[in-house]
This record gives sequence, structure tokens and C-alpha cells, in this order.
Amino acid sequence: MKLVWQSKWTLWAGLAVAVIAVVLAPLLLNDFRLALLAKYLCYAMVAVGIGLAWGQGGMLTLGQGLFFGLGGYIMAMHMKLADAKGGVPDFMSLYGTGEVPIWWEPFRSPGVTLVAIVAVPALAALILGWAVFTRGVRGAYFAILSQALVYAFALLLVNQQQTTGGTNGLNGFKGFFGLALSDPANKRMLYFIAAGVLVAMVIATRALMRSRFGELLIAVRDQENRVRFLGYDPAWTKVFAYVIAAVFAGIGGALFVPIVGIISPANVGVTPSILFLAGVVIGGRTTLLGPVLGTIGLRFVETQLSETYPAFWTYFQGALFILVICFLPQGMASIGTWLKWLRRRREVTA
Amino acid sequence: MFALLEKKSIVAVLSLAALALSLTACGASVDEISAEPTGDTSAADIAGAASCVDTSGSSVKIGFVNSLSGTMAISEKTVSNSLTMAAEEINAAGGVLGKQLEIVQEDGASEPTIFAEKAEKLISSDCVAAVFGGWTSASRKAMLPVFEEKKSLLFYPVQYEGLEASPNIFYTGATTNQQILPGMDYLKSIGVTKLFLVGSDYVFPRTANKEIVAYSGANGIEIVGEEYAPLGHTDFATIVNKLKSSGADAVFNTLNGDSNVAFFKEYNNAGLKAADMPVISVSIAEEEVGGIGVENIVGQLTAWNYYQTVESADNEKFVAAFKAKYGASSVTSDPMEAAYTSLYLWKLMVEKAGSFEVAAIQAAADGVEFNAPEGKVVVNGENHHIAKTAYIGEIREDGLIYAIWTSDGAIEPDPFLTNYPWAAGLTES
Repeated sequence: MKLVWQSKWTLWAGLAVAVIAVVLAPLLLNDFRLALLAKYLCYAMVAVGIGLAWGQGGMLTLGQGLFFGLGGYIMAMHMKLADAKGGVPDFMSLYGTGEVPIWWEPFRSPGVTLVAIVAVPALAALILGWAVFTRGVRGAYFAILSQALVYAFALLLVNQQQTTGGTNGLNGFKGFFGLALSDPANKRMLYFIAAGVLVAMVIATRALMRSRFGELLIAVRDQENRVRFLGYDPAWTKVFAYVIAAVFAGIGGALFVPIVGIISPANVGVTPSILFLAGVVIGGRTTLLGPVLGTIGLRFVETQLSETYPAFWTYFQGALFILVICFLPQGMASIGTWLKWLRRRREVTA
Repeated sequence: MFALLEKKSIVAVLSLAALALSLTACGASVDEISAEPTGDTSAADIAGAASCVDTSGSSVKIGFVNSLSGTMAISEKTVSNSLTMAAEEINAAGGVLGKQLEIVQEDGASEPTIFAEKAEKLISSDCVAAVFGGWTSASRKAMLPVFEEKKSLLFYPVQYEGLEASPNIFYTGATTNQQILPGMDYLKSIGVTKLFLVGSDYVFPRTANKEIVAYSGANGIEIVGEEYAPLGHTDFATIVNKLKSSGADAVFNTLNGDSNVAFFKEYNNAGLKAADMPVISVSIAEEEVGGIGVENIVGQLTAWNYYQTVESADNEKFVAAFKAKYGASSVTSDPMEAAYTSLYLWKLMVEKAGSFEVAAIQAAADGVEFNAPEGKVVVNGENHHIAKTAYIGEIREDGLIYAIWTSDGAIEPDPFLTNYPWAAGLTES
């Protein structure tokens, strides 16, 4: 696996820098900016998963919004029920029947919620992956299928206004497992949780890629048939990577809810699913840290541009994509390689 | 599979998780916050009440948050324009309490999450005295907790589905009893007994239709169909077929955006006529008529509280100023007028309170009057809506809408429909 930092000591040095940055951020940023950074970290979790599934496994998944949404809505349902203190969430008495539907009930329990945040996206990805990969669906067909699924998911959420809040989504949360969300100390805590989870995901992904499974996954990406001739079943290798990516997205979605304070179909549909990919493309999909840095960088630049040029920031965003895809098809992470190549060429010609 | 992982990495993951947790100092719990009396300074700090609005200089900042990108941009850009015009007029006339208004514009990007983010940015980073904007119900619902938590003010300029009243929001568009109910009253007065409902699939149409169904039940109107299309949907063959065979006398249309073009084309193709089966719309204003194509909807009805054609000196002045600033071909519509009015209402509230402070404005709001382009409006201090006159309009060949029915004076806002016995079950059930 290619890394932004190839050797061991550079990886640990990189991690040390990351940990210092994580610890310093709350001192340098005000509460509002820190919450924004925490939001970018949630997006970065999805990106780590996409890096694994697409960058290493070759599965172009245009539908991570589905898993992000599952995790997010499960967390949001729990928080709504907890706020209602055994009663009925506010929006249900406005738009619904005034009764809590049966499928909401399990999420009253914090334990069930935490398990479900991991288990539901994993199970969904397992069933999907099994149905798709054992039948040899791949490439553009898989991409289209994943996008259609996320579209259907967003449509379903909008349709079930009585139980999902429709286009309004779920918002107006007061507490997060008993802690008041209006307290800045709790918001800082959420940031630390997000940062810790993200670092853990990166380390877990690195370990996974250095294992036999990681080698198998890359082999499947590059020569699926040859892997099959060697006696491995490529389908299950892909399913496993897809499930991991789904779990990462689900956790990202679950943390997004208390940090941002809202989840709506606009956060889980086709457009956000494509934007999840954008950071990965810009950062470099085949690298370990590229997706993380690309996503955080892209979201940061987006926020800055939209604040400075509210009327035409989208043009800058488009221009950035064109530049990266034309000149750095391997993403920003390949700048180093590119510079090295440039220097070597200069040495040769000199 | 985990046997394949290196032991060292697992140790690293665990130690990092421990580090993250050790950094995690827990703050106040929900119960602590709600238990503490509001007078307590620490509770006030926690609730983020400390305002950073700077009124010491010769200017004061206000924030606009409108979608300048995304699907809603086409509508919300016009609201941003009329807000800008109102601010320039106020500045030219000497500002508010002698201070010039400094605008901070943000893009809501047609996404509720972004609206909430930008609202928080305007309040905490820019320290604006008040925020103006929002369009979809989802954007308002997303911003509401931000304004309540930060104890700031939002002026929301678009008609909506009612059933809401926040001390931190002023609603200068119509609530249901000022737009939808007058629309129903009008349909009843022309003898409609069978009504067909068609709407986009989101919160406003679904809630509005719930209210229409309740009204109809109490007024002897039969609902012969209720159909929803996803936002942006453009295939209306099925819905129009159902409509044609339903025997309806009229259609209540809560479709939004592009869907209207497709719906009205299909309606005309099916040979339906405004004279036999009129469509009354609540989301089509002057701005949208051009987009749908006048030929497709001429003769159809709308329910609003303002049209460009409203005859009054205040409106003539408003329309002339808008055309002078944004071009002779530009039109003025209800949400634009409500946005323009909202900035003037805020100015009058501040002047009455003699302060830019939120609590002072909230206390002074009741009874503030303004001679708006739509006519005189009065702020209701209790529910933060405004009394408005309802107009049923007809779309004519010139693309403008002309009032054919006017309510008896301004209608008092009643967002929870408490004065309507038939609506009793809507909020509690």
C-alpha cells in the first residue's frame, strides 16, 4: 500500500503531529470553528472507509450516504427519544399520529443504540455486498447501483414524514447521553471523541492493509480473476472491505448528529454521497492519509470560500476539481511523488 | 479476521482511545442545565447568552442568509436582493438609531445543515444584531434551535405551514390562516364541493393538506384525491389522469419549483380548463410565473398577501425602486415584499426599544406597525407573526397576478389555529 508517509518512523511522526494538532485545536479555535472541525472529522471517517473500499478494493461506492444516514438517524432517534423523556418526540405530535412507532422503541436504550450504530450499517452492507459481489457485479454497474440505493433511501426518509421528520429531518436536540449539548465543555468533548475515533480508524485501516487481507484486497482490485484461480473467493474479500467502509460511514454519521445538531435527507442523499468521494479524489484515494487530509482540506476551503464569496464560491469548487483531476489524477497526496519526479528530471538534464 | 492484525496496532488503537477519553472532561448534564434558574450567571454563560454584538461604533452588523447556490437559489436570490435594497434605503435615510447597517451575506446553499451553520457563524463570529432569511421549512426548522440557544433573532420572510411560534423568530410571511384558509374560503364561496390536492412531497404540502382536509370536513367539501410528487419530479401523467377522472371542481396546488411546469403542461394537454377546474396555487408568485410560462397557467388562481399589482402609494414606490435597482424586467413577489418589510419591522422594533438588544426588541415588538407595500402590517407580540391582508389573485396574460378577492382587512395571525374548532385535533392528535 502506498502511503503519504511510507516508512514506519514517518508514519509515527505523522501521527504525533496529528495528535498534537488534535490537542492544540481547541486552544486555537473558538467553539464555533471547533464544531466545524469536528464536523469535517466526521466526513473524514466516511473518507477513510471509501479509501479502503475504492482506493484499495476498487469498489467505486457512490452511496456511502446510505450508511452515514443509517448511523446518523439511529443516533438522532435515540437523542429525540431521550429528550422526550419517555414521551413522544415533538415533531411526531405535529406531523404524525402522536404515537412512537414500534421500530423507534428499541432506540430508547443507549446500549441498543450504540450497538445498532455499528451493526445496522454492517448488516446492510453485508447483505448488499453479498447480493452484489457474489454475482460478480462490479465497476460502473456497482457504482450506479449504490447511487440508486442512496437515492431510494433519501426518498423513503422524505416520504415517511410522520416517523422520520421528512425533509426537515431530525433536529433540535438537547442532550447527548444525558449531557447538555448547549454546554461548550460537552461540545469540546464531542470533538475529542470524533478525533480519537478518526485516528483509531486510520490505525485500524493501516493494520488491515498490512495484513494478508490487505494484500488480497489489492490483488482482487488489480486482477480479480487471477485471485480466483489461486483459490481465493474474491467476493468475500470485497464484502469485508465494503462492510468496514459502511461501519466507518455509520459511525461518522452517528457522531455528525450531536456535533451538527441535525440530520436530514439532504445530508444523506445523492449529492452528499458524491461529495464524500470528492475529498477522497482530491486527497488521493490509494493512500492512507490522503482521503482524511483531502476531506478536511476540501471542507475547510469550501467553508472559507463560501464565507468570503457567498455568491460564487461554487465556481472555485468546480475549478479545484478540474485542476486536481487534470493535473494530479492521483490526488494531492501525489504532489510529493510528482515533485520528486521533477527534481530527478532536473538532475538528469543538469 | 482480527487475528491478522498486528498486536502493536491494537495496542496503539487502545492507547489512543484512552488518551481521547482522558482529554474528555465532561460538562453539564441536561438535568443540571434545565434545573438551574435562568438568573444564574453560570447557566446563562452555558446557554451562550453572552452577546457579542458591537453597537459602540457608527455602524451595526446584520446578517442575511439566503441560498445563493443550489436548487433554491433562483427564488432566494430575489429575497437577498430586496433585503439589500431595504438596507440601502434605511442607510440612505440615516440608519437605525443613527447607526449605518453593515450587511454580512451568507449562502445557505439550499441545505438545512448549511443554514444552521451559517446562522451560527453570523451570530457567534460576525456578532450580527439580527439575521434575515431562510426559505424552506427545513431551513427554518434547522436554524430555530441555533437562534434559541444563542438567544438571537431571525426574521423569516416566507409563508409556511404554521404550528410554530418561537420567541427568537419573527415570521413576516403568512401563516395558514392568512393564506391557505382564505384560499379555501374563496373556493367554498365559488361553490367548490369536490377538491383535489396535489403537492410536492415535503413538510409544507403535507402539513398544509392536513389542515385543508380538516377544514373540508367541517365545511362540506369532499377531498377526491391527495397526491404527492417528489421535489423536482416532472412526470405528471399519472396524477393528471387521476385528477381528470376524479370529478373534482378545483385543485389545491402546493407543488414547488420545476414540478409546476410539468404539472401545468400535463393539465393543459389533458384538456382541462381553468374555467371548469381552476387550480389554486400557494407557491407560485410573479417570479415563478415567468419560469412556468404564462401561456401554461393563464387564468389560474393564487393565494398570497401581496402582488406586484397591489394599488397603493407604498407599493408603487417599492416596485419603482426595485425596477430601478434590478432592471425593468424584474418583478416583485410576496416573499420579496415580506423580506423587505421584515427589515423595516426590525428597524421600528429597535427604535421603539431604543436598543439593539434581543430581550428589549422582544419586549417592544407587540403592536409595531409598518405601512408595507402589501398594506398596513402589525406585529403580534405573543406569537411573533404579523397581521396581513389576504388576496386571491388571478394570473393574467402579462404574467402579473391581479387580486380578484380581498379579505376584510388584515387577518390576525393564528399559527396554531386556536380560533378554528375543526382544527382542534391537528396539534394534539
